[in-house]
Amino acid sequence: MTTETKKSAILDLYEDLTPTAILCIFCLVAIVFVSVFAPFIAPFDEAEIISDESFLSAGDESLILGSDYLGRDMLSRIFYGTRVTVYISVTIATLAFFVGSMFGFLAATLGGIYDATLSRVVDALIAFPSIMLAMILVTALGPSIPVLIITIAFIDSTRVYRVARALAMDIIVQDYIEVAKVRGEGYGWIMWHEILPNAFAPLAAEFGIRFTYAILFISALSFLGLGVQPPHADLGALVRENMQGLLYGTGAPIYPALCIAMITISVNLIVDWFLKRSDASLPDEF
Amino acid sequence: MNITHLILRRLGIGVATVFIVSLLVFVGTEILPGDIAHAILGQGATPELVANIRARLGLDDPAHIRYFRWLGNLITGDLGTSLANGGSIADDIRERAGNTFMLSGITALIAVPLSLLLGLIASTRPGGIVDRIISSTTLALISVPDFLIAVLLVMFFSVYMGWLPSISSLRGGEDIFKIVRALTLPVITLVFTVLAHMTRMTRTAVLNVLASPAIEMAFLKGVPKWRIILLHALPNAIAPIINVIALNLAYLISGIVVIETMFNYTGLGRLMVQGVITRDIPLVQACAMIFCSIYILLNMSADIISIVANPRIRHPK
Repeated sequence: MTTETKKSAILDLYEDLTPTAILCIFCLVAIVFVSVFAPFIAPFDEAEIISDESFLSAGDESLILGSDYLGRDMLSRIFYGTRVTVYISVTIATLAFFVGSMFGFLAATLGGIYDATLSRVVDALIAFPSIMLAMILVTALGPSIPVLIITIAFIDSTRVYRVARALAMDIIVQDYIEVAKVRGEGYGWIMWHEILPNAFAPLAAEFGIRFTYAILFISALSFLGLGVQPPHADLGALVRENMQGLLYGTGAPIYPALCIAMITISVNLIVDWFLKRSDASLPDEF
Repeated sequence: MNITHLILRRLGIGVATVFIVSLLVFVGTEILPGDIAHAILGQGATPELVANIRARLGLDDPAHIRYFRWLGNLITGDLGTSLANGGSIADDIRERAGNTFMLSGITALIAVPLSLLLGLIASTRPGGIVDRIISSTTLALISVPDFLIAVLLVMFFSVYMGWLPSISSLRGGEDIFKIVRALTLPVITLVFTVLAHMTRMTRTAVLNVLASPAIEMAFLKGVPKWRIILLHALPNAIAPIINVIALNLAYLISGIVVIETMFNYTGLGRLMVQGVITRDIPLVQACAMIFCSIYILLNMSADIISIVANPRIRHPK
């Protein structure tokens, strides 16, 4: 690809931006900024008890979002919580993505017995409600962050596998694959140079969807008390630990929940926009 | 292949899946061998006591023997005793299963017709203003965590208005009025989460059918739009829609676990969460098997209904 076509592609992207897409991208940039720089921009430490009073309303004692159930600064807790949620979810989505698409491509490229075996295994795993699998593994191994990341990435990779395999199945029957095979290219080369670029747009969208799924999943687990454990807290755990605040009429449990919604809605809208723009679609999942 | 053959085959796959799932549940909870004995004894685990308990529970037997013993007990309804309180798990579950079925049943009764209606309305004029409103609202609802909806509802209806309780634990023996009040907020929350997925999928299913040549033919003949949707598209969309319904009732399972915990509802989901927290392995195994079996049953019925609803299979050439 020459630099000229590259430049025009970026220009195209710029011209296609809708107001919604701009807003969503802005939200995501803000979220990334907060997660990377949380320790520098948070007004207080996440563990520091600032006030004698718990559940101060927003604005009291100059705490922008009030205090949590122990009198810690809610805003700082949310900054750190966002960081934990985003880091965990990005790791999960990336892992799931690599494992899932690699096996999906492999199954489609090799075909035959490999494809049949892999697909049966994935079918069996998908017949398992993912929250059940997570709860069973947490029972056996305890709720530690690495266990959670590997568990959820594993569950998620089965979904990515299906999408990647379906995409690769359509590509593998094309003439240029035949040409590459006749030319004597290996499977690895075909997967990397032929299948991946052609499946890239829908896979990128799938990555976004997996990311939001990971956020919702880890938040739900933490909300149940099975995810990130105190003294650390992700956004889901922040909702859980401040639930009592509802009775005092403060927004303490609502802010972190809204924060989750902001991330997931932005990502979903960007995925929607991206799919419409690149005229790609994901294979039906149901 | 005739229709009974296909249905029998699907039933066979269903049974096989339950077995595979039971294997996964067993292996998943027994990854750490001997942990049950330690879990029972907690801090006071001396080697002799551990050996004692292991012998009593038959933990020293090889894994496959333990698996089949566990599976046999499960099938005959003996779910074992809870590690946390020593009581019979079957009793605990029987007590709460009714509550969970009530909650999910009422949710399904409201959400299924409502989302079919919304999906149909959205698909009559794709890209129109109504469709855009329905699609963007449901996309937003899919994106937000279910506990956000619950927290907002509690904030408004329980804290500000004081109309409904924020805690819905049923201990048995409540009158109908109290039960209705307790169920209202959990049901609304669950309806929202299921509704969003189901509406979107119904819309996609109907739009897929509307794109078929048969429908185009009807359009060209001049059949009115409402007639096309109700009499031509809907019958053909029944199989995919049933599939959508079954898949979404399966979604309810994760929703149920979160919402029951949120509202302190005395149901199976919360029982299981408590089991996970106290690492009550037999209890978690039993609950997981119940939830997974229901999930598999729903998926299987969806497939069987689509087999029956497919005219090409029903009337083979």
